[in-house]
Amino acid sequence: MVGPGDEDFRTLRAVSSGTMSRSQGPRSPTRGRVRPKPASRTGDRVMFVLCAVACLIVVLTLADVVYQLADNARPAISKFGLGFLVHSTWRPGFKQFGAGALIYGTLVSSFFALALATPLGVAIGLYLSMMAPPRVRATVGPLVEMLAAVPSIIYGFWGIVVLVPFVLSIEPALHGALGFIPLFGHPATIGISVFSAGLVLTVMILPIISALSRDLFLTVPGELKDGAAALGATQWEIIRGIVLPSTASGVGAAVVLGLGRALGEAIAVSFVIGDVNATHVSLFAPGATAAERIANQFQGAINELQIASMFYVGLILVVIGMITSVAARAIARRFDVNRALGATV
Amino acid sequence: MSTGTPLVLGETGLFDPSAPLTPSGNLRRRTWVNTFVRITATAAALFAVAILVIVIFGVVQRGISSLSLAFVTQTPQGLAGGGIFNYIVGTVEVIALGAIIALPLGILTGLYLTEFAGPRSRLAGVIKLALDMMQGLPTIVVGLFIYGLIVIPQHKQSGLAASFALAIVMLPLMARSSQEVLLLVPNSLREAADALGVNRWRTVISVIVPSALGGIATGAILAIARAAGETAPVLICNSIYDPNHTSLNIFHGVPTIPMLIYTSVDLPLPDAVARAWTAALVLVVVILCANIGARVMLARSRAKMGL
Amino acid sequence: MTTWDRTASNPGGDRSASGRVRLRTEPVLPVLRPETNGTQVDANRVAVFDIRDMAVFYGSNCALAHTSLKIYRNLVTAVIGPSGCGKSTFIRSLNRMNDAIPSFRLEGQVLYHGHDLYGSGANRVEVRRRIGMVFQKPNPFPKSIYDNVAWAARNLGMKHGLHDRVEQALRQAALWDEVKDRLKQSALGLSGGQQQRLCIARAIAIEPDVLLLDEPASALDPVSTAAIEELILKLKNRFTIAIVTHNMQQAARVADRTAFFSLDTTGPERFGTLVEYGDTETIFRGATDSRTRDYVAGRFG
Repeated sequence: MVGPGDEDFRTLRAVSSGTMSRSQGPRSPTRGRVRPKPASRTGDRVMFVLCAVACLIVVLTLADVVYQLADNARPAISKFGLGFLVHSTWRPGFKQFGAGALIYGTLVSSFFALALATPLGVAIGLYLSMMAPPRVRATVGPLVEMLAAVPSIIYGFWGIVVLVPFVLSIEPALHGALGFIPLFGHPATIGISVFSAGLVLTVMILPIISALSRDLFLTVPGELKDGAAALGATQWEIIRGIVLPSTASGVGAAVVLGLGRALGEAIAVSFVIGDVNATHVSLFAPGATAAERIANQFQGAINELQIASMFYVGLILVVIGMITSVAARAIARRFDVNRALGATV
Repeated sequence: MSTGTPLVLGETGLFDPSAPLTPSGNLRRRTWVNTFVRITATAAALFAVAILVIVIFGVVQRGISSLSLAFVTQTPQGLAGGGIFNYIVGTVEVIALGAIIALPLGILTGLYLTEFAGPRSRLAGVIKLALDMMQGLPTIVVGLFIYGLIVIPQHKQSGLAASFALAIVMLPLMARSSQEVLLLVPNSLREAADALGVNRWRTVISVIVPSALGGIATGAILAIARAAGETAPVLICNSIYDPNHTSLNIFHGVPTIPMLIYTSVDLPLPDAVARAWTAALVLVVVILCANIGARVMLARSRAKMGL
Repeated sequence: MTTWDRTASNPGGDRSASGRVRLRTEPVLPVLRPETNGTQVDANRVAVFDIRDMAVFYGSNCALAHTSLKIYRNLVTAVIGPSGCGKSTFIRSLNRMNDAIPSFRLEGQVLYHGHDLYGSGANRVEVRRRIGMVFQKPNPFPKSIYDNVAWAARNLGMKHGLHDRVEQALRQAALWDEVKDRLKQSALGLSGGQQQRLCIARAIAIEPDVLLLDEPASALDPVSTAAIEELILKLKNRFTIAIVTHNMQQAARVADRTAFFSLDTTGPERFGTLVEYGDTETIFRGATDSRTRDYVAGRFG
């Protein structure tokens, strides 16, 4: 049941996730239309200018981000071109740079995390919205959201000290059970691996998916759930037949947001992945991602081309980040059945 | 597909109505499936809570032994002794400056979106898109941006550069939470003020913002807590500093807690690593308290608004 | 007024084929129908519900008290009364829909075919499978028309003859002709009256024992209302029907038995209660309780 606490979560979600388009529009139909013109009053005019300047700064900053990265990456772009995306050599001493292994590692670790975090997050969202008694919901909900509040450096630090030895201990068992799949191939026996990075990323994107899912499931109108219950359906059937289909697009957007977070995570991953410039098939081998390569090597760069190459990698990350932001909005908006039902998403 | 006898609803006798109300037909199996789903979902939630507990406990367990008042009030002695006072001061400096930049900008942007732009305005859509994208920027990229914008022209890394980077991290969060809270202020307040002939800017400053203040403050705390833990921008823009002295000069590198933790992990000195754990404990405790405090504030301001 | 041909071989009756809806022109007070002989309930009539001194509490607030009545098989039982007197609470308690409300508490007994509906051995999902409900505001699922009707049947494993089942249900709900060419289209595109008939169709598709209708026509226009009322009269052969309505004339038109609920303001607390229950004829023409007489005469409510 929707209760007073859920608005808190929605506002808090406002702070920790994306998609501003989800904000409710103003409630009054007169908003923005019958106001006295600001130009007629000086104080109003000043306020308007201040606000407009703030917005302008936002937009310009974003544009400048792309510009600065492209500008500083120019030496690398002109030298390597688009081949940079495909070649895996990264030898600072020889001035050879290629982001192939980084892109590979980024995609593998992120999608691995997504594969784990999506079912977990949706399950938690279902639990919090439809199964938990109100008291439990009020405690477990914030606790799950606290996972998002823990800084990434803590996850990284904890990751290398606690998680990596744990992964090391379960690698043989996993390899034994699933070794026929190349993903779980020969363990590298140091625990620092794409697998560990994927696990850390899972923990980091889990709260995003679960909190957004929980919100979405709560927007399904009670009448629909009542109607389904009155037909003698079990709760799972209601979830499977009514709740999940009508929120599928929103959950998709949440997943894309989680993916965006995973793709850009640098610090936590840098502790546990090893920054090894290789593209092994096995998850148990060490690897590297785009974001953590920058974190690892930027301060110790030995030549200008290396710095420029890292700006080039950064530019790739910006493009990926912007694409996921836009994709999340598009998914939420285009297939928004909830809007048709009059609910606010 | 018809079978032999035509189906007549109401007369096929699918169940005996006078039988006890125990599951009939396939309900037993469906109930089992339902129970399985419930157990799985509950387990998932418990798993998430368990992870949180494990992580926090891990930090507490490794950091609590060195935690003392001296730890937070002294500066470091040597490579692993003493406290982290200068790191705390440096962190506060950088975040405070970032907040000074980001908070007003965020509130003004939120104000624009609620007070001046209509819900379907294209300009508002562009701004919201920009804010979404800014929020979706990987923080390492934000660091690179500021490196290019400020560090390179200044030829040095500085706390100031890190502040600007953190401001970019905080800005979309501030704008979004401000906008949501400002939207909750009832429109009747605005209309009443308009009807009384009060200038709009006066209404905003004396009526609207004060009534949304609780939510704005909450949003600010959450944004700051988020920025406090961000290591990537600081790593790029502010990683050269004097680790042993307190620095109030933000135009040079200042020591920050995230940097302390980051650089201590690889050190072969267990004492240095222990000190990093304690610093991590301080960081986590402060951030989690800020989050919990923000929630409590939010609940109270909700109650005040009568929601 | 003619009787329809409600036999097993022609479940749809002759009215649905043409899709014509007849507005009633008979007077408010019901004419005795040939099927109901006299005003006594046949001694052989099965009591589907035997409600004994039922009381409903939401937390510490009493919503309904001192309610005892029997609902009989294959009759339409109307529940009338002014707003706020617990009619909806009453009927939702008959298929345990109120269980979803955390503070809900029921005292007394609700016996369904002799079994305690709220007993420890009663499975809530099974209860709702046997006792279906149609709500005041039409609530079709955001699926196709076909899937709306077929959904519950699929859950129950009725894969055999599913298409027949859907068609029969839509015919019995007097909707088939209007939608047979667009079964795959979204149900949300139907008009209000059509949506409500769809909700009835999907409820009867799984062949419940009882059909509870919570003000099914109050959100609809008069033409749709009349169509729904025709439906109810046709359906009562197959199902036991209980209908909550705030429209007295509707109760007079469709119901065999009528229960009049009102607010009890005698004590310190206000709660709803059953005032009088009997044949519709009696309630409307010769009620025993003065409150009933006042209500049906339109003096309040």
